[in-house]
Amino acid sequence: MTRIGLATFCATALVLAAAPLAHAETIFVSNEKDNTITVIDGDTMETIDTIETSRRPRGIMLSPDNKELFVAAGDGDIIDVIDTKTLKITRQLESGPDPELMDIDPEGKIIYIANEDDSMVTIMELASGEVLSEVPVGVEPEGMAVSPDNTLTAATSESTSMAHIIDNETHQLVANVLVDSRPREAKWTKDGKELWVSSEIGGTVSVIDPTTWEITDKIHFEVPGLRPEQLQPVGMDFVKDESLIMVPLGPSNRVAVIDTAKKEVVDYILVGQRPWHGEPSVDGTKYYVANGLTNDMTIIDLDTLKAVKSVPVGRLPWGVAVMPGKPGA
Amino acid sequence: MVPLRSILPHMPSARSGGFVIAAFLLLALAVGPLPVGAQDAGGTGKGPGTEDAKADDAKAVDAKPSDKADAAAAPANKAKAGKQDAAKKTMHVVYLGKEYEEPLPLSYAEKVITDKGIQGARLMLQEANQAGNFVGFAFELEEAIVPEDGDVLARAKEALAAGHRFFIADLEPDDLLAVADLPEAKDAVIMNIRSSATKLRQEECRQNVFHIIPDYAMRADALAQYLIWKQWPKWYVVRRDTPEDQDYLAQVQRAAKRFGGKVVEDHLYDLPPGARNLDSGHQQIQQQMALETQRSPDHDVVWAINSDDDFGDYLMYRTTMPRPVVGTQGLQATAWDKSYTESGGMRFQRAIPRLANRPPVERDYTAWLGLRALSDAAQKSGAVDPKTVKDYMLSDEFRLEAFKGQALSFRTWDHQMRQPIILGGGTRVPVSTSPQDGFLHPKNLTDTLGFDEPESKCKF
Repeated sequence: MTRIGLATFCATALVLAAAPLAHAETIFVSNEKDNTITVIDGDTMETIDTIETSRRPRGIMLSPDNKELFVAAGDGDIIDVIDTKTLKITRQLESGPDPELMDIDPEGKIIYIANEDDSMVTIMELASGEVLSEVPVGVEPEGMAVSPDNTLTAATSESTSMAHIIDNETHQLVANVLVDSRPREAKWTKDGKELWVSSEIGGTVSVIDPTTWEITDKIHFEVPGLRPEQLQPVGMDFVKDESLIMVPLGPSNRVAVIDTAKKEVVDYILVGQRPWHGEPSVDGTKYYVANGLTNDMTIIDLDTLKAVKSVPVGRLPWGVAVMPGKPGA
Repeated sequence: MVPLRSILPHMPSARSGGFVIAAFLLLALAVGPLPVGAQDAGGTGKGPGTEDAKADDAKAVDAKPSDKADAAAAPANKAKAGKQDAAKKTMHVVYLGKEYEEPLPLSYAEKVITDKGIQGARLMLQEANQAGNFVGFAFELEEAIVPEDGDVLARAKEALAAGHRFFIADLEPDDLLAVADLPEAKDAVIMNIRSSATKLRQEECRQNVFHIIPDYAMRADALAQYLIWKQWPKWYVVRRDTPEDQDYLAQVQRAAKRFGGKVVEDHLYDLPPGARNLDSGHQQIQQQMALETQRSPDHDVVWAINSDDDFGDYLMYRTTMPRPVVGTQGLQATAWDKSYTESGGMRFQRAIPRLANRPPVERDYTAWLGLRALSDAAQKSGAVDPKTVKDYMLSDEFRLEAFKGQALSFRTWDHQMRQPIILGGGTRVPVSTSPQDGFLHPKNLTDTLGFDEPESKCKF
């Protein structure tokens, strides 16, 4: 299976290396149940490889230089590091138990890892894998977000319902903001003036002002015919120059589109079942979202805000990462 | 470079394990020293619901992005940490219990557990303080468990006289009602984590009692929905006749009417319980169970109702017709099961053994959840007085996260916690979770389980 995948990938890579395309990109999807990463060619939307990982791969992200792909394998208590040229696991980071989400600083030097099972944020040097600090936060940390100026890192604790703010220099907590139940993900705006936090069980998205650490806006969701408990915001991704933020809503099978200036929901896009995390395409025209229960990935056109296609991936897909170019290129 | 570690099962590193224990030990001292990180965090955290705490916090809220890079800020914060501790809002919760004689597990090999419930409360105390440390709250747990012949009412009076109003009640119905009916307990908030008796939610409901544990009506409905979904509507009941069994039977019959099932026969099992040790006794049981089930009318499942746990498991694989067993044994409807891992549930599965050296049981979960409801309501409402906490728990704002994939809340008409019910027990993976697809409700799907507002006989 893998060998065939690899052969296909090699063949594809050779062809593409000869004629690189303008918007060539590669999409990686973590499959929680299969313990694999599906590698999709952004032009053909065909699977070009399937990479076996440690157990329960969930959080997935690229290094700032796109040379390495980091995969948090919760049941393996490890982070697999995949070389994006060869699509092989080249090393592993001893993340501490049950890593779920992580973020890397803009310089690509430090990785911040949420250890769900021991209420810690592990701060690690990316190149050496050396643990610099373990910061005690609330119970069940999950979302991690380094501020664009690399001074602060937000960590959400799902069970404690807080966003904890870590000083990247001192590794001390500087603020703890109580948000609605089960905060899953945190995202900073590029100017660092807003911190967005999704609360899955609370069913809201909070916008926090980092000068006061007060919640300035809270966005609620409502879809006629759906019960409120189905509207569970999980992932969040800014798109269209941050004019919009895409919020997959789990059991409602929809992705909410929020106008970031007005702090209002402008659309709900029907996708596959239980979408949790997504990622925009490199050129920003598309949004890819992993549908956990239907084992596929929906492609949303960001100009029309319509779902245009779904492609099959592995079982229980969880996270998406998008890389410019092709593997091996 | 870190060497490539083989992709094989392995334990978390000792480094992290040690850290966890250290953190727990520190946090267990509710009013004692805090972990350094948490101390520094002291009062800088503020949430939307902690308005009252603002004045207390004001001095400590000086960590802003503009000055946070200043290394001098850290010691400054530390100096204020001591003051911050004193300014903390403290919620004192009394775990009121009694060492009732409980039925022994049917299996002689199974460990007799004597610390059900309290271990869940202890875990939540750690977690509540871990969270509270960040936002200026402290939680205390007073363990008031009297012996079997002890006077639980006197113990309750003592706690009430000391001014305490928050209770986790690990009590049987009579004791629970006696405590709830004390005049001085009128403004108390009592969390029932033990009794499934439906009367406590119906005729005998009390305004100061909240029910965390599902009642027999919710359990029967949760199983019934699944059996109807499976198109197994004919139920053969085999039961004992304790008050709990009679209560459960009435709810099974009610569920049959609600969802289109039928109790084809209600069969009383009357062989005395006897010793648990089987030795060669399984041969007799094999014959007895065939006798118990051979005259039954045509049925799809055997519904065992055996709260004393002295024969129900014998039915499995020994019925005359090859039929599954559900009820108090076999497939059970429960708030927690040792096989449940969804929606972050593994955290609870791992945390209780660390503390109690055994897997969690349902009462550990309900005790954890009872204290969690109180601590969550305190932090989100910003207050620790019983009136505010109670009002918050009954408001639409109250949306509790507890590994069930949806927010838990209280039914205003009888104070029962609405919650999805796990169908498991005896299986290594859970079978399902109710409510089942297709059972509709205009407001809240979980209100298809148990007594809905129009059916409620509760009057506060």
